[in-house]
Amino acid sequence: MGLDITWAVDWVRQSADVIAEHRVELITLDREIGDGDHGENMDRGFQAVLPKLDDLPAGSTPGDVLKLVATTLISTVGGAAGPLYGTAYLRGAVAAGSAASLDGAAVAAVLAAARDGIVARGKAETGDKTMVDAWTPAVEAAALAASNGADAAAVLAAAADAARAGSDATVPLVARKGRASYLGERSAGHRDPGAQSSALLLRAAADTASVSAGA
Amino acid sequence: MATPGKVGVVFVSHSARIADGLVDLARQMAPTAALIAAGGTDDGRIGTSFDLVSSGIAEADSGEGVAVLCDLGSAILTAETALDFLDDETRARVRIADAPLVEGGVAAAVSAEAGDDLQQVVAAAESAGGGAAAEAANVSGAPEPREGGTAASAYSRVVTLINADGLHARPAAELVKLATTFPQKVTVNGTDAKSLLAIMSLGLTKGATVELLSEDPNGREAVDAIAALAESGFGEG
Repeated sequence: MGLDITWAVDWVRQSADVIAEHRVELITLDREIGDGDHGENMDRGFQAVLPKLDDLPAGSTPGDVLKLVATTLISTVGGAAGPLYGTAYLRGAVAAGSAASLDGAAVAAVLAAARDGIVARGKAETGDKTMVDAWTPAVEAAALAASNGADAAAVLAAAADAARAGSDATVPLVARKGRASYLGERSAGHRDPGAQSSALLLRAAADTASVSAGA
Repeated sequence: MATPGKVGVVFVSHSARIADGLVDLARQMAPTAALIAAGGTDDGRIGTSFDLVSSGIAEADSGEGVAVLCDLGSAILTAETALDFLDDETRARVRIADAPLVEGGVAAAVSAEAGDDLQQVVAAAESAGGGAAAEAANVSGAPEPREGGTAASAYSRVVTLINADGLHARPAAELVKLATTFPQKVTVNGTDAKSLLAIMSLGLTKGATVELLSEDPNGREAVDAIAALAESGFGEG
């Protein structure tokens, strides 16, 4: 079963809910090693997307939804997360193209394009204690699942699990990019807020996909 | 508003007050160049705004190009994202300078005011690096009288500033521009003649006595050229 516009819209709504629910947690994580605005900024960004979903013209595709999220986050988030996530969703939208439905391989390609966008924009590498540390394992797990013939929902489930593990793995790392890098060694022992929000968003994608697939 | 024939400069800061204040500061030395503040978020919080940066670039662009100066990391990410969304033709004449916001911003503004092209404006910003500590070190070594501590090969000239502005804004930029055409080091009252910010920080006004010195055996030509420029009143007559 491929994932269509209904899933894409559900994912964005679920993302907004999850980010709102974890707003304080993200603020706390960011306050420990950054400037403390990540939860606030992400919540504002996703809340700004919600009313726009209702204005999507008939016949819109998952790619159109990703593009809508991209432009809204870029304009409303304010912190580094705006350009980083905005670029991720934008590259994902390009990879999704005009397809009405995404199969496992297409979903893996969207995730890879999104990750590449984050890397291109932020110039962070694996192990720098950034959202890349959630995205890269997610992309690798998604590619592996897709190559084994998994459907879209299973690809997203694999990506979400790997992103969670990747977020966990940021805790002992010393930050080498972003505001946390100013703290040097003192950044160790804290989870990276960007990796955490990435894991939450990919979990929302997997959860809504499994509901779509089950329906 | 874009200034015809001149490069525009956009200041991207997390704080609207920093960006606005920097326009005020740079304006003293660059009264006509397009200097646009893009600070804070759309709704006045701390952060950077894609829309403010995009509209700032459009506002500053006279067709001669735009130099963008940024503060902390995400300001650069926002500026780079804004560049991605420009059409190819416009993007080709917009540069993000790798320079400290305040020092680089003032240097870029002065260079833009002097009518330099985009590459020169960006170079002026990027050569203003080093930060406040370096500037202070440069300035503090200023006009101490020298008593025999100078190398035998040193060559110096003392000139009096005759132009109305002294070593401010455009004249300072002209002096630095000339100094950078020589490989030898020349100092102005002990301050490196190739550092625009340091030269302007001397605050030398009309009538001030200026010692131009090079300890380089081949520095004579550079000192004479700079002395001639100063004695000509920097073309102000």
